[in-house]
Amino acid sequence: MEYIEIIIATIFVNNILLAQFLGNCPFLGTSKKMETAVGMAMAVIFVLVMAGVMTWLIFNYLLLPNKLVFLRTIAFILVIASLVQFVEMFLKKSIPALYAGLGIFLPLITTNCAVFGVCVLNIDKELGFLPALVTSFGYAAGFGLALIIFAGLRERILIARVPKPLQDTSIALITAGVISLSFYAFRGMV
Amino acid sequence: MTIAILVMLGIGATCGIILSVASKVFYVYEDPRIAEVEYFMAGANCGGCGFAGCGSAAVGVVEGKTGPSVCVVAGLEAATNIATVMGVDPGTAEPLKSLNACSGGDRADDKFIYNGADTCAAMTALYGGQRVCSIGCMGKGDCVKSCQFDAIHMGPQGFPVIDEFKCVGCGACETACPKGLLSVKTMSQRLLVFNQEDHALAPCQQTCPAEIDIPKYIRLIKEGDYEGAVNTIRERNPLLLSCGRVCPHPCEEYCRRGLEDESVSINQLKRFVADYEMNSGRRFPIACAPDTGKRVAVIGGGPAGVSCAYFLRRLGHHPTIYDAMPKLGGITRYGIPEYRLPDDVLDWEIEGILNLGIDVNYDTCIGKDFTIQSLRDEGYDAVFMGIGAWKDYTLGIKGEDLKGVSQGINFLSTVASHPEKTIPVGKRAAVVGGGNSAIDCVRTLLRLGCEKVYIVYRRTRKEMPANEVEIVASEHEGINFQFLAAPTRVIDDGQGNVKGLEYLQMELGEPDASGRRRPVPIEGSETILDVDMVISAISQQPDIGFMEGEPDKENITITRWNTFDNDPETLQCSVPYLFTGGDVATGPSLVVDAIGGGRRAARAIHQYITGEEITGTPRSLRSRHIPESLFEVVPGVIKSPRTPMPELPVAQRITSMSEVDLVISEADAAHESNRCLNCCRICYDPDQKKAQDQNAA
Repeated sequence: MEYIEIIIATIFVNNILLAQFLGNCPFLGTSKKMETAVGMAMAVIFVLVMAGVMTWLIFNYLLLPNKLVFLRTIAFILVIASLVQFVEMFLKKSIPALYAGLGIFLPLITTNCAVFGVCVLNIDKELGFLPALVTSFGYAAGFGLALIIFAGLRERILIARVPKPLQDTSIALITAGVISLSFYAFRGMV
Repeated sequence: MTIAILVMLGIGATCGIILSVASKVFYVYEDPRIAEVEYFMAGANCGGCGFAGCGSAAVGVVEGKTGPSVCVVAGLEAATNIATVMGVDPGTAEPLKSLNACSGGDRADDKFIYNGADTCAAMTALYGGQRVCSIGCMGKGDCVKSCQFDAIHMGPQGFPVIDEFKCVGCGACETACPKGLLSVKTMSQRLLVFNQEDHALAPCQQTCPAEIDIPKYIRLIKEGDYEGAVNTIRERNPLLLSCGRVCPHPCEEYCRRGLEDESVSINQLKRFVADYEMNSGRRFPIACAPDTGKRVAVIGGGPAGVSCAYFLRRLGHHPTIYDAMPKLGGITRYGIPEYRLPDDVLDWEIEGILNLGIDVNYDTCIGKDFTIQSLRDEGYDAVFMGIGAWKDYTLGIKGEDLKGVSQGINFLSTVASHPEKTIPVGKRAAVVGGGNSAIDCVRTLLRLGCEKVYIVYRRTRKEMPANEVEIVASEHEGINFQFLAAPTRVIDDGQGNVKGLEYLQMELGEPDASGRRRPVPIEGSETILDVDMVISAISQQPDIGFMEGEPDKENITITRWNTFDNDPETLQCSVPYLFTGGDVATGPSLVVDAIGGGRRAARAIHQYITGEEITGTPRSLRSRHIPESLFEVVPGVIKSPRTPMPELPVAQRITSMSEVDLVISEADAAHESNRCLNCCRICYDPDQKKAQDQNAA
């Protein structure tokens, strides 16, 4: 039951994009086409779960015992970057199909603030290992959901009548704001 | 502090070790050329090339998805270096330029009105856009916005105009255009474009076997840019002087003006600019791609061979022509008489093509002096076979071995080979056949001093396959036509000479497979025509006797018409190194067909010798028509008379071999080019609108 709550909370109530406003660059950059949005969503889910687990382990078994909490940021960045590189190599060799599917999104999210942000949130909330894992997955799924909804909307906006000064990114930001407001309706659910 | 440093070092070292081990364990073989190619790129990851970063562009180059000139920032030097790494012909390092295929723009009719769809991408999402034309420019300017170099602007007629000097060939506009109208290609790539179902093509250009961009060259003539017109024709047809004289212009049959008025005299305009160049005293420069070092043997120097060699040379390869005759030109020199295509014109034209750097071996005959296999042993990368169809069919009747009986091509080439263009002929001659060779024979005979010349044809004038203008000209010159007559025997005078030709009279029966009514003999209707010379000109076939001595003959498929079997799209034969075009592949056909075949073969040969996969054109039209571009009526046409062909007076022309058809004047060319409706796939410029615009101005 606890995990279901976590999932609902991370996907809807505390959506990483629409409630916490982390990871906005890929949100705007890769949402012009549904195809790229789906690719990006998959890559984020994949990397975020891995990164969430790794950073939790590093923090709780390396930094905390040695009273080195102040090294959190730099250590996490190093670990996430290496992890993504490692995963890229692993996939290229073992699952070429998945590697080709994720394509350039894998290296692109190495330094995504959403990824880093979720890792830090896990630590700040002092979650246990399994809750941290589920939280990471939930946030990533929320990211994917928001991205795909947004891509669908932007494909529609393309054929809508938009005043000249508001075209392209500005209308996208306004739309993002409206979706974000609508996600506020989930507040208080859990 | 020490612990902090140690922990960070530890994490760093662990990550480093894991990654370096992983890079060995999970090593995937990657083409080493990818790294080399990437080294020469700008490394800016700017995305200007359309790939996601320099790395993927390098992969693209190595996988052959793009050319060495992909990096727009690094420029030409880098492109040459990359070409060296790839070992491809640096010919692809030619500058890339964008070209817009749509010349319709605002003149095209709208089908829907959309308010607020402000981009081409949006328009396309709405049922393919607002225009009736499914492929044309929508004029919303996505390409203009996409260009980082300020090289595209929306022109006054609602389609984009490209500034060639600013264009760097980055390809952004090609990606941005949802209709695929803008194409970024090198000169070489443009030479190898063939008509496709989804191209912006006027009916005339769909019909032309050489696929010349007819509306464009006529537009350039109208603007007075004769050099531009010549260059436009030369992108598809190197023999414009010859074609301007002898082409039966099938394109004019499909001229839209022809539906309401007389069709535009397309071929006379071609001849006008071709003659303009010849008489201007200088040759317009012809661009060739950088040398590739690849050698191709071209067997036969007729229209197909010359065309193939010309296009291969322009692509940077080194063709060598082998011809059995002492001069090039093939059937255009030895089959088409002097009065239609003078030798000095042909000489001038062929000289210009050979000047590009094509070697020729004259008087070398396949089967005697070399074989296809011996050419391969000499190190040619591919062989083009274009020996034409020079073997006359015989009538198969009694008395054909008599003195005074000869065959069409044999007769015509004997006349053409003579320096004075004259041989002794009889007083009264009969030519059997109804095609262009038969007409050429009778008109030649008349000029050689024959008093009475007959054409003996087994059907009627309506069924004659010869060009209408040729039939009319021979009627003017006083040729006698004996229709519905099937020769049965040649009559002997007792000393081995011809005394007459006996024929059976025919009547037309039921239509046969070709749709023409089949002639049926009338019994007992034998008639004798009093002649002392008989020429049979009833078609030809390729002379492939040399195949007996060919080592690889088992693998080379020959059809039952003695032509080489080939893939109709790539013209590749049953052995991969052999390509064929012209009459030897199609059977007797038009000069312009052979020229188109030469170019088509050049495309496949280019792919073959540069190691690409040999592919035809997708959705290739190959002289078929796009149904939506063929109209029943053409509104808005104001009749205006077609420029008549200036000709020598009959009395003057039948006594000499002087050229009969003359060139039109510049004023006539201006008038004629103004008659062109500048058609595209669907839209065109109606005369009424032009008149209104003029009145308004």
